[in-house]
Amino acid sequence: MSDTANDDVLRAPLRLEYPFIRTTGAVVGGFLTGLREGVVLGAKRADGTVLCPPLEYDPITSDPLTELVEVGQAGTVTTWTWNGEPRPQQPFAQPFAWAMITLDGADTPMLHGVFVDGPDAMSTGMRVSVQWRDEREGHIADIAGFVPEESA
Amino acid sequence: MSGYQQDPKIKPTALSGEVTMPAAIGAVEQVQSVRTPIAIDYIATPGASLSAYLRGMKQKKILGDKCPVSGQVFVPPRGVSPVSGQRTTEMVEVSDQGYVESFNVTRLPIKSRPDLNPPYVSAWVVPDGANVGSISLVAGIAPEDVRIGLRVRAVWKPDDELEESAANILHWEPTGEPDFVLDDLRIIGKPGGQQ
Repeated sequence: MSDTANDDVLRAPLRLEYPFIRTTGAVVGGFLTGLREGVVLGAKRADGTVLCPPLEYDPITSDPLTELVEVGQAGTVTTWTWNGEPRPQQPFAQPFAWAMITLDGADTPMLHGVFVDGPDAMSTGMRVSVQWRDEREGHIADIAGFVPEESA
Repeated sequence: MSGYQQDPKIKPTALSGEVTMPAAIGAVEQVQSVRTPIAIDYIATPGASLSAYLRGMKQKKILGDKCPVSGQVFVPPRGVSPVSGQRTTEMVEVSDQGYVESFNVTRLPIKSRPDLNPPYVSAWVVPDGANVGSISLVAGIAPEDVRIGLRVRAVWKPDDELEESAANILHWEPTGEPDFVLDDLRIIGKPGGQQ
């Protein structure tokens, strides 16, 4: 196709947007309330293990989970991948690691970003801790991300 | 299995029950909703028929295309007749006057359209020479006075602001002519149905 033919094609930016606001329910709402207040909450199962982030139902027994307990603000990376070129819609503008992080006192990992200089600074088993945003509203982004524990 | 799946009168316990919070934050106001916006950014290319329509709009012309089987004129043109499924070959210019076939009064603001001040009227306007309408704003008349059959004309943007866009028509306003009397609803969309 010639350049002239290309010029004949009209083009325009088109944004398809759904500005949803979801109701959370008591369990997810409780978790987000915790984030707003600067604590991380998990759901306690009947056997005493803790799911963080919390689920509304026990994944094994299907029982409702109704007790939220505070877990630690540091934890262990159980697996990770490096995102060297974040896309505009991703939560962080700078290169970062997506990581599954099991917080102290929790038995399941949560997905979040870890901020380090590069993939050489990441390893499975490394210790990381929460970096809070100053202004929090009850959203997963109230946790700005995680940083290596020694630099927190 | 548990009974509530069969009996809607029994509420799911976790959704109706209380959740225990740690004492330290037990007294604060609970979060009940969360923003979860989704946005996808495209570069849209409109295709041959809509491109011709959009270029017509820049010259304050409204173009439609004609079904080769039924003769119906569709605005905006899509290149294919939705009635016969045949590819359309003839484009025709329709009038920038027409009538209100249906309408709706919106009384609540839409967050993404701060330019629209309620109450405003969205109407299905059928231009003279076309057999279908498209959604448009009707202004220059009190919402309670808008009615089916109201004769309207397009209000265009100033000439130096015209571009390849349907937004060149700011809204439609009453012409003051007698209403178009739709005495047989079966003519809607039919060729020759409009006077």
